[in-house]
This record gives sequence, structure tokens and C-alpha cells, in this order.
Amino acid sequence: MTFEDWIFSIHLLFAATLVGSLVMSWIVVVSMRTADTPAATLNLHRIAMVATGATITGLVGAITFGIWLAILRIEFHPWDGWVIAAIVLWSIATTALLRSFVEYAKPAEKARALVASGQIGSSTELTALNRTSTGLLLRILASASIVLIVVDMIWKPGA
Amino acid sequence: MLAAIRPDDQSFALLLHLVGATVVFGALLASATSLLLARGDTRLLRLGYFSLLLVGLPGLILLRVAGQWLYQLQSWDKLPPQIGEPTWLSIGFIVADWGGILFLLALALGGAGVYRLRSGKEGTMLLKTTMVISLVLIVAYVVAVWAMTGKPS
Repeated sequence: MTFEDWIFSIHLLFAATLVGSLVMSWIVVVSMRTADTPAATLNLHRIAMVATGATITGLVGAITFGIWLAILRIEFHPWDGWVIAAIVLWSIATTALLRSFVEYAKPAEKARALVASGQIGSSTELTALNRTSTGLLLRILASASIVLIVVDMIWKPGA
Repeated sequence: MLAAIRPDDQSFALLLHLVGATVVFGALLASATSLLLARGDTRLLRLGYFSLLLVGLPGLILLRVAGQWLYQLQSWDKLPPQIGEPTWLSIGFIVADWGGILFLLALALGGAGVYRLRSGKEGTMLLKTTMVISLVLIVAYVVAVWAMTGKPS
């Protein structure tokens, strides 16, 4: 394997981590919609934190090694249309994901406050926070952007 | 380089193969994490199992079927017998097929564990075995991604 092959391989490992962690976070998001107690919310939040860590690792690794690869390979350039499209889509996905992390942190904060005040039963306010439509829309936007990045990477329009 | 010169008729099969691979990888991550952090919580134990059954299994089927389609489109099935398959392809097949058997074993053990939990019996040990198999499969998938992208040998 050449040095370039290694960079390509690491780039795709980070990309797989990113998409895999997104699938994982969707499983948690769907599961959160039926969580109505502080304990259930906090348990799911622990799993969401692992998914968030993996997503951030994937986002940073994929863009770093992707740009490095575009510089290394003589047949591609960082200013190629499909590379720029991928960077724009990555920026949209990153912004949407970072904002969705904030949205999905709110139910955990509420659950901690409920536990601190001795309320451990089901809460309608907590259920509503777990079913945040803003968070859901941001996840849909991020997921659509990442699917488009994969399509862009495979077809390489204009290359 | 290979990605750059890949004929366009293979792109859709590759997309399906990648979608299947990342879905099964994500389901394995969700399952292993849920089972690892469950601390006896029935909801998380069930989440760990159903992530594998409802998300991972369809992903695994898509990965394998699309992989086979790609294999035929790239004419690997027409290699003369004296020329062996490249190592990276063999690694892919080992992970998909033997990993698939392990995956089904994890599902069977996890299913028995969930059934025992539902009837009020101890099923945590079976689900912990499912977690260990999921962790092994995660490592195997990382090796497969490295082999199929870096194409050593």
C-alpha cells in the first residue's frame, strides 16, 4: 500500500464512522420519542453521548483526510466542483448536527433537574423535549447532506 | 485511483453496498453501546437487541446482495481458476459471510435473552454474549473497510 492508499483508507474509515454513528444516533432519536421518565431519558442520553463523540470524530477525520487526499492525488484538486460541493454539504451537515446536539441536550438537562427535585415519574414536559421537532428536522437535514456527500463521492459529477 | 475510473454502471451497486455496510456498522455500534451501558436496564437491553434485528439485519442483507451484484459487474466471477482472488476481496467475503454467521448467532442468543427477560427470567448473560459478538464484528468491519479501500496486495 502506498502512502496515498493509506490516506484514502483512513479517510473512508472516518467516513464509515461518521455514517455509522449517524445511523446509531437515529436509533437513539427514535427510541427517545417514547421515553417519558428522567431515568429512561438519562439512560438514552448516555448512548447518545457515545454517538455524538463518534460523529464529531467522523466529521473532523473525514474532512481532514479528504482534503489531504484531494491535494495528494494528481487527478483531483481541492477546487474541483464535486470536491467543493462535498465541502459545502459537509459544512451544512456539521452546522445542523452541532445545533441538533444542543437540542437533544435539553431533555437530559430537564431530566437531571427533575431528578434533583425528586420527581422520578413520567413528565409531559420531558416527553415533549424528547420529541423535539427542531432537533428532528436538523437531523433530517444533516442526514440528507451526508447521503448527498456519499452520492457525490461515488459519481464525482464533472470529474 | 480505482474509484476514479470505475465504470458508471457500477456506481449504484456500490452505493447500495456502502449504505448496507454503514447501516449494519451503525446498528452494531448502537447495539454494543446499549448493551454495554445498560446496567440491567430492560429498556436498553431491548434497544440493544432490536437495533441488531430491525436495523442491522436489513443492512447486512443489503450489504451482501449489493456486494454480490458488484462482484458480478466487475467480473470477478470470470477469473481463470489459476488466478486467485486478491486478498482484499477474500477479507471482504470472510467478514461478510463468517461475520454474517456470527451476526445470526448474536441475534439468536439475544433473542433468547430478550424472551427470558420478558418472562421474568435472567437473560442478561445471553445479551452480554450478543454484546461481545457485536464488538468483535465492529473490529472485523473496520478491518474490512481498511482492506477493501486500501486494497493491500
